[in-house]
Amino acid sequence: MIKLEGINKTFDDGYEALKDINLHCNSGEITVLIGPSGCGKTTTMKLINRLINQSEGKIYFDGEDISDINPVELRRSVGYVIQHVGLFPHMTIEKNIGVVPKLLKWEDDRIKTRVNELLNMVGLDPETYRQRYPSELSGGQQQRIGVIRALAAEPPIILMDEPFSALDPISREQLQDELVRLQKNIQKTIVFVTHDMDEALKIADQIVLMKDGVIVQQGTPEEILRYPANDFVEDFIGQKRLKQVQDIPTVGEVMNEKPVTISPTRGLAEAMKVMENKRVDTLIVVDNDNQLTGYITVYDVTQAFDNVDQHVKDIMHTFQHTINADMLLSNAIRMMNNLQTPYLPVVKDDGSLVGVLTRGSIVGYIGTAYPSVKEAVVN
Amino acid sequence: MDSLASFFNYIIDNWLLLLTLTWEHIAMVILGLSLALLIGIPLGVLSAKNEKLAPVILATVNIIQVFPSIALLGILMIFFGLGFKTVVVGLFLYSLLPIVRNTYVGLREVNGNINQAGTGLGMNAFQLLFKVQLPLSAPFLLAGVRVAAVIAVAVATLAPFIGGEGLGRSILDGINSRQPVKIYSGAVISALLAIIADLTLGRAQKKITIK
Repeated sequence: MIKLEGINKTFDDGYEALKDINLHCNSGEITVLIGPSGCGKTTTMKLINRLINQSEGKIYFDGEDISDINPVELRRSVGYVIQHVGLFPHMTIEKNIGVVPKLLKWEDDRIKTRVNELLNMVGLDPETYRQRYPSELSGGQQQRIGVIRALAAEPPIILMDEPFSALDPISREQLQDELVRLQKNIQKTIVFVTHDMDEALKIADQIVLMKDGVIVQQGTPEEILRYPANDFVEDFIGQKRLKQVQDIPTVGEVMNEKPVTISPTRGLAEAMKVMENKRVDTLIVVDNDNQLTGYITVYDVTQAFDNVDQHVKDIMHTFQHTINADMLLSNAIRMMNNLQTPYLPVVKDDGSLVGVLTRGSIVGYIGTAYPSVKEAVVN
Repeated sequence: MDSLASFFNYIIDNWLLLLTLTWEHIAMVILGLSLALLIGIPLGVLSAKNEKLAPVILATVNIIQVFPSIALLGILMIFFGLGFKTVVVGLFLYSLLPIVRNTYVGLREVNGNINQAGTGLGMNAFQLLFKVQLPLSAPFLLAGVRVAAVIAVAVATLAPFIGGEGLGRSILDGINSRQPVKIYSGAVISALLAIIADLTLGRAQKKITIK
């Protein structure tokens, strides 16, 4: 975890860039610093790898005051992706990616293995790209290299300074998606600076909105969108996005709150009976504490039906994906579409079942939300 | 036509002497240039890193350059005496400006983002200089060496005035004994040397320039 405590920064010319900044960046999360130019977001980020030193206040990594760490050593343990890629034009891709491991005196074999692994991770074939020079790559490919260069020595913390802002919109979206995908596996503590609200909403776990050297609002994308702190935040988010959020219901409003459930210790004949009665082909399995444990389908039950000793828990499948009730419906629909699944169980943070989002419940909701559509079609 | 034939005859008859003179010429130029690189690159780095020192260093090497070469060699003779050594010192001083200035400009031209990336990734000042800044400014430095080499080949023809040898000997003898073929052969060979130096270094420069 990164903690900034009471940070003030006054530049030599007397300009007050940061005023009393207090900030927590949680481990394994993407914290996005966002705001108009000159708001201090980049300055804040550069304090974290000591490219700039604060005038007042302390910065801690997991409780350790970073002013006690040699800045050069510190920077080798913090990944850094800069705005204009910043690849070294005279080094091959392999050398570029291996810069920090080399500084840390890794053995050549280890560096080579790591470089191949990283190139594969972003879908660039090592055989093709290792020996190329940065100028032979497209902008999107170059910034992929910039990102994996920062990951090379496995730093727990990564700083990204408007890394995708110079790319064309298509490459930018691709790289954002890739970052989100990568982060699922690597679980780094990422501090990401941007001025693009769409980008922030897409990738952030936490958004920190800054203006004139102070933090205006800090929260999850959902919190910022739903409860903008003041006019500035509303303006910055933009009316269009705010309106979208207000119109889009959450999963909780749409879901079926009484899904058909069964306990894992029940027999199969009983399960078949419940399906018949409720006219469903799938049952959600919850234990006595209402904890979601899995699901069974009518197909599973008929397959194993002859075996009297089998219970629900023996033929049950577990869910790969669950959602929260406060997720936006639009996101949930996208998720169902991507996963090609007809329904998703809705759970609380403690894993207890609160409902199920099905295609049927979505259609039902749309039916009530747009009653006039039907009339219009009839007329 | 007559003079051209006698020119070639002279070269064929005296090729061993001319070869020795050419070799001495090249040796003086290479030694002078090497010294200039040895001293000039650190001075260039110092100017690029220290904004207060930069104008002092650049002005000094500039002043050396504007001295007429014959006068500079004369002054050096007072301190270093006659001979090879003095010529090498003179060539060193003449080569300083292009090398110092181009090192300085080359380092200044390195993109700020690249420097920031290097520092941000955890290079210390020394590593940044040797792994990033100097390699990237090498094409500029080589352009400086190219200019310096051409100047040095020309200035080295004045060596005989202060007791040195080289192709200037052939020219000076030719003037003293009124034998134009001697003047021509010394002049043509040193001109060829300058052209060869220019072409070779130009090619090297193209090779290390990053597309």
